[in-house]
Amino acid sequence: METVVLDHISKTYEKGTVLAVDEVSFSVNKGELFGLIGPDGAGKTSLFRILTTLLSADSGRASVAGFDVVKDYKTIRRIVGYMPGRFSLYQDLTVKENLEFFAALFGTTVEANYSLIKSIYEQIKPFNDRRAGKLSGGMKQKLALCCALIHKPQVLLLDEPTTGVDVVSRREFWDMLKSLKKEGITILVSTPYMDEASLCERIALIQSGKILSVNTPDGIRRAYPVKLYAAKSDNIYQLLMDLRALEWIEHCYASGEYLHFNFVSDEQNLLAGLEEYAVSRGHRHLVVREIIPDIEDCFIRLMNEGKWLSEEQIHAII
Amino acid sequence: MKILFFILRKEFRQIRRNKSILAMMFVMPVVQLIILPLAMDFDVKGVNLVVVDNDHSTTSQKLISTVTASGYFKITGDVLSYKEALQFIEKGQADIILEIPPAFERNLVREGKQQLALYADAINGTKAGIGSGHLLGVIRSYNKDLEINLKAAGIKNDTGRIDITYSNWFNPLGIYKYNVVPAVLVLLLTLIGGYVTALNIVREKEIGTIEQINVTPVKKWQFILGKLTPFWIIGILVFTIGLIVSAVFYGILPVGNIFLLYAFAMVYLVAVMGFGLLISTYSSNQVQAMFVAFFFMMIFMLMSGFFTSTDSMPGWAKLISELTPVTHFIKADRMIILKGSGWQDVKAAFFYLLAFAVFLNGWAILNYRKTN
Repeated sequence: METVVLDHISKTYEKGTVLAVDEVSFSVNKGELFGLIGPDGAGKTSLFRILTTLLSADSGRASVAGFDVVKDYKTIRRIVGYMPGRFSLYQDLTVKENLEFFAALFGTTVEANYSLIKSIYEQIKPFNDRRAGKLSGGMKQKLALCCALIHKPQVLLLDEPTTGVDVVSRREFWDMLKSLKKEGITILVSTPYMDEASLCERIALIQSGKILSVNTPDGIRRAYPVKLYAAKSDNIYQLLMDLRALEWIEHCYASGEYLHFNFVSDEQNLLAGLEEYAVSRGHRHLVVREIIPDIEDCFIRLMNEGKWLSEEQIHAII
Repeated sequence: MKILFFILRKEFRQIRRNKSILAMMFVMPVVQLIILPLAMDFDVKGVNLVVVDNDHSTTSQKLISTVTASGYFKITGDVLSYKEALQFIEKGQADIILEIPPAFERNLVREGKQQLALYADAINGTKAGIGSGHLLGVIRSYNKDLEINLKAAGIKNDTGRIDITYSNWFNPLGIYKYNVVPAVLVLLLTLIGGYVTALNIVREKEIGTIEQINVTPVKKWQFILGKLTPFWIIGILVFTIGLIVSAVFYGILPVGNIFLLYAFAMVYLVAVMGFGLLISTYSSNQVQAMFVAFFFMMIFMLMSGFFTSTDSMPGWAKLISELTPVTHFIKADRMIILKGSGWQDVKAAFFYLLAFAVFLNGWAILNYRKTN
């Protein structure tokens, strides 16, 4: 069953001159942990604001748990938990006051849904009387998540919850999401970090307001159409320049300590040719090996190709 | 209703924790009421006078001492020529020059008449006008007491003259602060209602908390009422403090019905809060709201009859002045406090304020949207 459905949603700003979301369609199944992956400015927040009824789309339809975001916005506000990208709780109220206030707004109490937030809330409980503005980044994140969960929402919408949070807190946060998923809550989460994509059940890659691909993380990696290689040498910058100069190399870009590249065709002799070429250019300690592409590689490839999936393909995937 | 209670509790908590705003809200009325009326004094006293006495006779000496004795004037210079006297005016050391011509006494006795010259520095029009008016009055009474005129009066029976006596009502001594203090009370309510409300709501926009509120089932009216009520209560409190200060410091006790005065203050607060709310719906940050509010506040203050009477404004300005809620409250406020006007006298102003309250709040609520 599809809980969150977007159907050809478009949104422009500045009187139609800036296209933020371009004919976006995808859907999230009930109880799924779905990731919306894309760089800053890709249109992720606009989509979230449309789904949370804070923004109305120019065209297209969207629904959450079967309720239309325009017609049934009042119902949606009751069943959706939203955590905006920016910390949006009252900084001058304490942890406890914030939590109680948001519970009250939904006509419930902290005690009524305590079991749901227990594991998260226990971690910030020692700071109950501290003002929210004085909490550390990770703590703020946990408090915001508690506040978004306090009314036991059916759908949880998290807009870049891990942006600006340290690595350990990010790990913890994803663990929390996994345990929430077990409670049967549908979670749509956005992130600019490609490495977090593999933590989702399914992901949508988004760029410039367009959906590049929707699939499981593995599915997206498997759909990588060519063999991908990693290479490094003593002079990595020179190697990048040299590889880019070769016309039988399709794409080459830096990724961590390696360069990732692929050939225009999958012929074996190209690899041997490459090594010969590198040595002739004076590269030492050359390492070249075939690798399994990660989400970032897939994203870059999809972006470079400008190959947006057609509607039929998207529906075939969904 | 329960939700409204929770919102109110939250608002009061936040106000209580914002020490600087809280202090401003209660220190401001006291300071403003004590300082402004003392400084803003249109009563003219201490006019600086330069005398050019070309005669040096007993009569001219007598004239000068009469002028000095009146208490309005301070002789800052006694020079020999008009040119020298003008330097005093140029340096800003004198406001008025009184020139006594040569042979003043002789011609006065011989021909029975004489002329004096009076030059006023009219940069400060009020001071020049009132100052020379006073001087003319002093000279006129001196003239009457001159020996030759007394003789003449004794001969001719003085029957055809019209004697004018007058009295100032509601402010017998014509003291300016009686005019200002009630107006400062209005200023206070305007600041609390207009500024603080606008800034408070925009702050929620600025720090993003309004987003979080907007995705809850809280209704528009609950949120707005929750925002306005605390400041309304504070406004009434500040108004009360203001009344106490003006009674203690200036002895100005409302002559009219105090409940009528409060009824006005209550409706007026709703109107200016509607204005603050309206500004907040159009601005996206506090700086913006501040400037927009400041722009309108200046117009409100300067055109509302706070300083100058609206009756002396040109037609178009009077119209603008009528279109601000401040004007109507200042008028009614002065009438009730100083004149003791009753409901019948001020009901037009009351309905104006009511209309402003409905109009401004209605517009603001329509413009305040949870979605955009």
